Amino acid sequence: MSNLLEDVLVLDFSQFLSGPSASLRLADMGARVIKIEKPGTGDICRMLYVSDVKLDGGESTIFHAINRNKESYTADLKEEASLEAVRKLVARADVMLHNFRPGVMERIGLNYERVKEINSAIIYGEISGYGQEGIWKDLPGQDLLLQAVSGLTYLTGSQEHPPVPMGVAAADIIAGTHLGQGVLAALLQRYQSGRGALVQVSMLESLLDFQFEVLTCYLNDGHQLPERSAVNGAHAYIAAPYGIYRTADGYLAIAMAPVPRLGELLGAEALCRYTQPGDWFTRRDEIKRILKEVLLQKSTQEWLAVLEPADVWCADVSTYHDLERHEGYRLLEMEQWVTSGGKKIKTTRCPVRVNGQLLTSEKGAPLLGEDNERIAREFNL
Amino acid sequence: MALPLDGIIVLEFSQYLSGPCAGLRLADLGARVIKIEHPEKGEAGRKLAIKNLWVDNSSLLFHTINRNKESFAADLNNEEDMQWLRKLIARADVIIHNFRPGVMERKGLGYEAVKEIRPSIVYTRISGYGEAGPWKNKPGQDLLVQSLSGLAYTTGSGGEAPVPLGLGIGDYLCGNQAVQFIIAALIKVRKTGRGTLLQLSLMESLIDFQFEFFTTYFQSRRAPERARFNNANALLSAPYGVYQTAGGYIAVAMMPLQALNRALQCPALEAYPEEDAFSKRDEIKRVIAAHLLTQTSHYWLQRAEALDLWIMPVLNWEQMRQSAGYTVLDMEQEIVLDKNRRFTTTRCPVRINGAVIKSGRRAPAVGENNEDIKISLG
Repeated sequence: MSNLLEDVLVLDFSQFLSGPSASLRLADMGARVIKIEKPGTGDICRMLYVSDVKLDGGESTIFHAINRNKESYTADLKEEASLEAVRKLVARADVMLHNFRPGVMERIGLNYERVKEINSAIIYGEISGYGQEGIWKDLPGQDLLLQAVSGLTYLTGSQEHPPVPMGVAAADIIAGTHLGQGVLAALLQRYQSGRGALVQVSMLESLLDFQFEVLTCYLNDGHQLPERSAVNGAHAYIAAPYGIYRTADGYLAIAMAPVPRLGELLGAEALCRYTQPGDWFTRRDEIKRILKEVLLQKSTQEWLAVLEPADVWCADVSTYHDLERHEGYRLLEMEQWVTSGGKKIKTTRCPVRVNGQLLTSEKGAPLLGEDNERIAREFNL
Repeated sequence: MALPLDGIIVLEFSQYLSGPCAGLRLADLGARVIKIEHPEKGEAGRKLAIKNLWVDNSSLLFHTINRNKESFAADLNNEEDMQWLRKLIARADVIIHNFRPGVMERKGLGYEAVKEIRPSIVYTRISGYGEAGPWKNKPGQDLLVQSLSGLAYTTGSGGEAPVPLGLGIGDYLCGNQAVQFIIAALIKVRKTGRGTLLQLSLMESLIDFQFEFFTTYFQSRRAPERARFNNANALLSAPYGVYQTAGGYIAVAMMPLQALNRALQCPALEAYPEEDAFSKRDEIKRVIAAHLLTQTSHYWLQRAEALDLWIMPVLNWEQMRQSAGYTVLDMEQEIVLDKNRRFTTTRCPVRINGAVIKSGRRAPAVGENNEDIKISLG
């Protein structure tokens, strides 16, 4: 395990994905992360069954993916004795995180102003859906809803599609990453100043940052809304041939490539006449329509054998099944086994290598309240 | 305002997005970020434009990603330039590069060589697919990594071709993860004085992005299948998705079917118990879709709000920017190019002690800061 954050204690009051994905990364870096959970139910994500796949104990697979390498301490924050124990923990923590809606921590008495009185050096990180003020502040910070509000759904898919959400929880994961950045930066500063800090991100601001390149284009091009390509849309702002194409037996992704050169290589005369690079964007749909017909004629492997040696940026399109059989994937050693409640579960590891080492840990997600006794003893709660 | 990374010096030997978006965040958090560029060619990203928008010799895209940085021009094949670079490295805290594996080593700027000059360096290498194996020399381009990582099969609806996510998400996530680890490694430097080598790749970043999917796949051995109708997340049951209404679109997140039906009053939906929400999700979603077409978004949103249901309108940027919920964020900032010209971009998404972090400083011209940097190096 990485020792970058050795001796850093993180209390994580957050649920679902945004906050917990931030603390997962801190745990990967070597911090000790204690989830503070509601007795009886815990993090709601424990019961969020994804698809029809559950583990033996009835808990969801995604909970285990997100919460490996953490401890669990249950406390009813509405009950004074439990709250007092939590305050003692807060007094000893370096970082605390939450993703409650605005106002909840104030009601409990664990908002930054109050916590600062207990522990002036704490780094207090919070994730909201839409920021701490304004008309949207009390709305649920849910991934799909944030994708919808942020304009993001008009960037994926093709022109004839309705707005297409990204099929992975991008808002949660990106906001969690930004929170991690802010918390770590504040922690670094604390080693000089001795002072704590409040770090805030919102899922909406995080998705706006995610779109910063194309949103900046929109803000300076006379406010022209993005137009997705009519053919095999892959990026609203990028010229032909950029996209994923069907072949005789599967799919082929082609990134940026000079169109006439592509025509030569594929033996497609019709593409060779697009000699003006400017046309590759303005006439991308007609170019891509021609390309689409051509690529249907042969298999993915046949096309790769033509294009790769010519340095055209292209790739096969993998399913998970294809990917896990690929030597390139196996060499990455992205998989790890963790143990939770005596059960072994396979998941992925932290994606970053530190000093050439993979950051793995066998510690799986904690059972609800699994560490209560030990933590109570250790911190005299 | 004192920013958390004040005093940190970052040398950015990077091009396009992955490394430079990491540099941008570090700059916004207070670091001094110096791009190391070829004296004639400059960073390749300067010549990459979208919508043919140019600020000067460099594109608006480049200016968006590289604001708030300095530029030091150096030819890595020129010994005099290399001597200056070594002096600069001796003062630096962080190096970020995204060259293909082996390039920096051949220039004498590999981790081992740099560590000799500066033992406390946080040295960050970003590659496309890792540094060994059959993909090692494959271009680390975002669409290709999306395609190889399985990500394209998470988006769009089942039965359709794989649909890539419409932004450079591999580059962006990898750069953002680099920022987290760079700062964590700087914490270690402050505690122990020892430097760190960090290695990231777009491929590992995109597998990590799909960690919930992979973990589910590992247990079930069945690849998550996109819903065949209005898919929004292959792992989730009905009603999760984006739906058309009589005017526009709305997004409907997770909720019990009959809770949704209190807002919808749809007789056909009454037939479905909660146990069917995953196994019959396409059928159920079609029932919901047909019903939602009968009224406007506004109508459904009012009903949803009254019942505290997780439903929001689908907005484009124009609609989003007209909402008070957007303006209150104060997310935009102006970058001053010269006396007469400015452009608008977004700011750093992190707030510290309640304050937003803005910087109006524009991206540098190639070598713009050579003289000052050389003077400071003596």
